[in-house]
Amino acid sequence: MHYHWNWGIFFEMSPEGTGTYLETFVWGFGWTVATSLSAWIMALVLGCIVGVLRTTSSPWVVRIANGYVELFRNIPLIVQMFLWYFVLPELVPVGIGDWLKQLPDAAFYNAVIALGFFTSARVAEQVRAGIQSIPRGQRAAATALGLTGLQTYRYVLVPMALRIIVPPLTSEFMNVVKNSAVGLTIGLVELTGRARAMQEFSFQVFEAFTAATLAYVLITISIVLLMRWLERRVAIPGFIARAGAAH
Amino acid sequence: MITTLRYLAGAALAAALASAPAQGADLTGTLKKIKETGTITIGHRDASIPFSYLDDRQQAIGYALELCMRVVEAVKTELKMPGLKMVLNPVTSATRIPLMANGTIDLECGSTTNNLEREKQVSFTITHFVTATRLLAKKSSNIKSLADMKGKTIVSTAGTTNHKLVTQLNNERNLGMNVLAAKDHAEAFLMVESGRAVAFAMDDILLYGLAASSKNPQNYAITSEALSVEPYGIMLRRDDPAFQKLVDNAMTKTYKNGDINKIYDKWFLHPIPPKGVNLNLPMSEQFKKVIEHPTRSGDPKDYM
Repeated sequence: MHYHWNWGIFFEMSPEGTGTYLETFVWGFGWTVATSLSAWIMALVLGCIVGVLRTTSSPWVVRIANGYVELFRNIPLIVQMFLWYFVLPELVPVGIGDWLKQLPDAAFYNAVIALGFFTSARVAEQVRAGIQSIPRGQRAAATALGLTGLQTYRYVLVPMALRIIVPPLTSEFMNVVKNSAVGLTIGLVELTGRARAMQEFSFQVFEAFTAATLAYVLITISIVLLMRWLERRVAIPGFIARAGAAH
Repeated sequence: MITTLRYLAGAALAAALASAPAQGADLTGTLKKIKETGTITIGHRDASIPFSYLDDRQQAIGYALELCMRVVEAVKTELKMPGLKMVLNPVTSATRIPLMANGTIDLECGSTTNNLEREKQVSFTITHFVTATRLLAKKSSNIKSLADMKGKTIVSTAGTTNHKLVTQLNNERNLGMNVLAAKDHAEAFLMVESGRAVAFAMDDILLYGLAASSKNPQNYAITSEALSVEPYGIMLRRDDPAFQKLVDNAMTKTYKNGDINKIYDKWFLHPIPPKGVNLNLPMSEQFKKVIEHPTRSGDPKDYM
């Protein structure tokens, strides 16, 4: 390798005049966390609703919910980002479209919405799988006890299903963080965007992407630890195997 | 790593043959590598019109590539290798540095800005174009200078020196502009076209190219105010004096014998493939000065 390493670059002023390169990375880190967390909350809420709808007995509701999942799951994330960002403002009335275009931090809202819908389809699939993995007797027992459909989901099926799917949800949570990097294609200056900007300004490409990698690892390890704690915290003794208790 | 191994192997071989008067034993760096492998690898861009891009047959062509061919000829003569093989390797703005550092490419022929910060990492040969940062806006928005952009939305391509400049000027002059970053030039242009941004700040030559190939070229205007001046250079590895000298000399020769005028005319004043668009951009005063006194300075002040 014919490369001039310069780790001190992080303490040099970024040419944008807003602080050192390190500070620009801290800002990028903030946008990545904000985008991922907002999108994750949106995905969890929508995903639970759609996932539940897919297990109901009404064929039309199931069909619509299936359509939702296939729509958001089958279109590549980058295409969805472009559709929200460039196509949506052209489809609505001109006044609203112009307002959308001039919105401050539009890239952030667009990225959250695109990522939220995309991930919600995947969460919905897992929620459905979780509910369907519960023995049929549970639903029958709830009905026998006189619970309404809504109550059956609220008190019996969903609490159990969510516990079962904690491990795959952990993966989805981490995917949201990593997928948030796609936001840079619509101008969201998050971690990867910052790394790219730094490599363009200074040509110190390896330092820039090492820093971004470490930051992503930091976020995803935090998620793993948080989700493991959650898994232990909500486990029902004797029903669902606790993390690490499997033989 | 591989380069290091190859280097060690080469060193061992050189030591073993030390008794024999090995021709080319005094070669170092890139020239040594070219001699040993029998190939020179040129990095090119895919859409830097008219500097370095792919035509409709996916062939790499362009103004910078044509200048690079002159350099390759000079290398052939210098190393007495008429059969030297030339390999073309596509690069992007993100891959050009790693590929140069690890020895994949020997020259990068495109539209890379030469500046002092970048010179800490790589080296450049004689400047082959001088560009200025200007604004492209719709004629209807009536933008004549950066001052007209106060409080409005401006876009530039993420990670470019132009984006850096606009952010800087926005802070210095307190313009209160909303500065957007687009993924690439085409997307930045789309932002102006669709009204997401009022103006696009970029190297003027790229703006002319984008406007000329857009749906309605007559709808766009480019400001006359130059926000900065930037030299473009062909990139090579740093600290390689022998190769640097050879490349510099080849460029200087092309400038001095007047061939540069023919090459310039061909790419900037005549219709170019693939669409037959004529950029119609006469040579700037700044670049005429460079031809007169060839320089590879990365300091914009030297071009004012």
